[in-house]
Amino acid sequence: MTGAEFVPLSLTPLLIGIFAAVACALPGNFLVLRRQALIGDAISHVVLPGIVVAFLITGTIATLPMMLGAAGAAILAVILIEAIRRLGRIEPGAAMGVVFTTMFAAGVLLLEQSDTSSVHLDVEHALYGNLESLIWLDATGWASLLDPQALGGLPPELPRMAVTLLAVLLFTLVLWRPLKLSTFDEGFARTMGIHTPALGLALVIVAAVAAVAAFDAVGSIIVIAMFICPPAAARMMTDRLETQVGWSVLFAVIAAVSGYVLAGYGPLWLGARDAVSAAGMIATMSGVILALAALFGPCRSRTGAPQQG
Amino acid sequence: MAGVWPRHRSINWRGLWARAMLWDALLLQLGYNATLVAIGATLLGIAAGVTGTFLFLRKRALVSDAVSHATLPGVGLAFILMVALGGDGRNLIGLLAGSALSATAGLMCLSWLTRRTRLAEDAAIGAVLSVFFGFGIVLLTVIQTMGSGRQAGLEGFLLGSTAGMLFSDAMIIAIGGALTLAVILLLRRPMTLVAFDPEFAVSRGVPVHRVDLAMMGLVMAVTVVGLKIVGLILIVALLIIPPVAARFWSERSDRVVLLAGVFGGLSGYVGAAISASAPNLPTGPIIVLVGFALFAVSLLLAPGRGVLAAVLRHMRFQRRVHLRQGLLALAQGQPIYERLTLRLLRRAGLARADGVATDEGRARAAKALRDERRWEIVRGDLAHEAAAALYDGLRDIETVLTRDQIAEIDRRIGGPKGVGA
Repeated sequence: MTGAEFVPLSLTPLLIGIFAAVACALPGNFLVLRRQALIGDAISHVVLPGIVVAFLITGTIATLPMMLGAAGAAILAVILIEAIRRLGRIEPGAAMGVVFTTMFAAGVLLLEQSDTSSVHLDVEHALYGNLESLIWLDATGWASLLDPQALGGLPPELPRMAVTLLAVLLFTLVLWRPLKLSTFDEGFARTMGIHTPALGLALVIVAAVAAVAAFDAVGSIIVIAMFICPPAAARMMTDRLETQVGWSVLFAVIAAVSGYVLAGYGPLWLGARDAVSAAGMIATMSGVILALAALFGPCRSRTGAPQQG
Repeated sequence: MAGVWPRHRSINWRGLWARAMLWDALLLQLGYNATLVAIGATLLGIAAGVTGTFLFLRKRALVSDAVSHATLPGVGLAFILMVALGGDGRNLIGLLAGSALSATAGLMCLSWLTRRTRLAEDAAIGAVLSVFFGFGIVLLTVIQTMGSGRQAGLEGFLLGSTAGMLFSDAMIIAIGGALTLAVILLLRRPMTLVAFDPEFAVSRGVPVHRVDLAMMGLVMAVTVVGLKIVGLILIVALLIIPPVAARFWSERSDRVVLLAGVFGGLSGYVGAAISASAPNLPTGPIIVLVGFALFAVSLLLAPGRGVLAAVLRHMRFQRRVHLRQGLLALAQGQPIYERLTLRLLRRAGLARADGVATDEGRARAAKALRDERRWEIVRGDLAHEAAAALYDGLRDIETVLTRDQIAEIDRRIGGPKGVGA
């Protein structure tokens, strides 16, 4: 494959996929360790009503209102879950189940009731995104990377996802020590003067931001898969948080690249003509990685010690 | 103004018409299919509510989320297989069998991940759900490219679609719902026991692991039956919301189970009826929203665990504390600045607006002060240890001690004494 074909058609979706995967995997490490893994699941469901409401208010599918609507819905969901959990004294899993299914149902209903036939807004899009269509038509080859005019034609999802990844990275680096302390020993973290509830909320918000940004480009399946699978697989590899985060980033990148390539070219190798869903394939590959790690990872068992022999 | 009147009237007509349609739907008069769907949704709701209660009590509500998402690859594979064998591909029984098989696979992955690796159950649920669902989406896109005209509305399984449902499909769903319900009735005793107290169940010789498996099998059955009506993304709501709503009303497991069944059945029935009464009202989401309405009512209004009851309880307590403190202040001749206290005293006729005690107020205040002194004696006396433990600053001493005991304490306090010259 030549650069003239690769750069316009595959480079941008590939990069967006990688950025989205890593941006979700980073906070995912902490969520998995804190047993809040399903927050990602809940957030990715409530994004739908958020964007539908934003669409109904503004009447367009402009990016900014959609992102704001999605973020608003995510925050509302977190508040509702907490309120129901405390007011009704219900276990968090069930409270989460009540909130995200209801909000998702409301989103679907609103979508069916409103006239969205003229715009590209439907449940399928929300679920599996349109990674394949984020192509860079202005590019002619590798040289376009240095051509300002061609760079202007980049799909806007790419810089947005890159900025999100940077923000997530910055959050993780700056708050590394408090995050690590409060994840493993909340009581100790509190005695060190760390405001653990605020930190927990900040983590959820960062996860929501990553989910909303990634959702726009790649759909909610990748979001859920990337929050959980790479960190979970990384956890089978090591007992050290630093190493685990490193592994999870590596796994996220491998899943994104292999998933995208298999979705785009796998069917061709098998003799079929059309590509399959890249988002679904990336999620599948992350599952394959998790399965391998769960079968062969050195720290896979509950005791945590590397197994001898 | 001229333009307003006709438009107003037309809206009114539409409202009447819609109400008539809803009424017809609720009375099951919208034709065979709508009726069958409503019956199927009701049976499904009851089965889901009851099954979900056992899951909820076992604190594993979200396992159902993994199960439901794990059905998708099975649906896709079954379709591909049936087409490859020269069949129609849309045969509902075949699709449902496929979904049951892949849900089983998902469940096995889930239990393997939680038992054999260090992953917590929530991470395992998320991993199974996203990976199976992702793979299912891959299969759906494969099916889309398999040839034109073959794309048999498999997307309908995501969110459910009852519009244009075949009579035979509606029949399958109604029968499936009824069968699931029958199995639940057979297994309800051991499942209640296991959901409530697994250790006790073991000591009674109940095979906990097998009952758990049966529970998961029922969750799977509910999911599979519900695929066509509610869709796999929302079926989990039917398993979670009715039990959570029912839990507010009772502390007894059998009543919670029963009530969850009623709530679930009601959601299914009303939801299916509303959705049949007008276009653009998808069945699954409407059923879920009806269920949520029941939940919201329960959260707010249930006696005991409801929010309103808790608020009332808190206010009653607050009033007692303020009144008591106000009386003590009156007895000791201290001025009262706190507004709520003053208002409460005034409303009870114990004090005037300027904070001066009325006659009755002085009597009650004296009694309060004496009771406080009595409590002091009680708490300082080891003989009254049990009674002293009940002291909370509000309890009337008469409810704790006998008249003789109080008289004994009063004797120790002694009457009013003259001040020596």
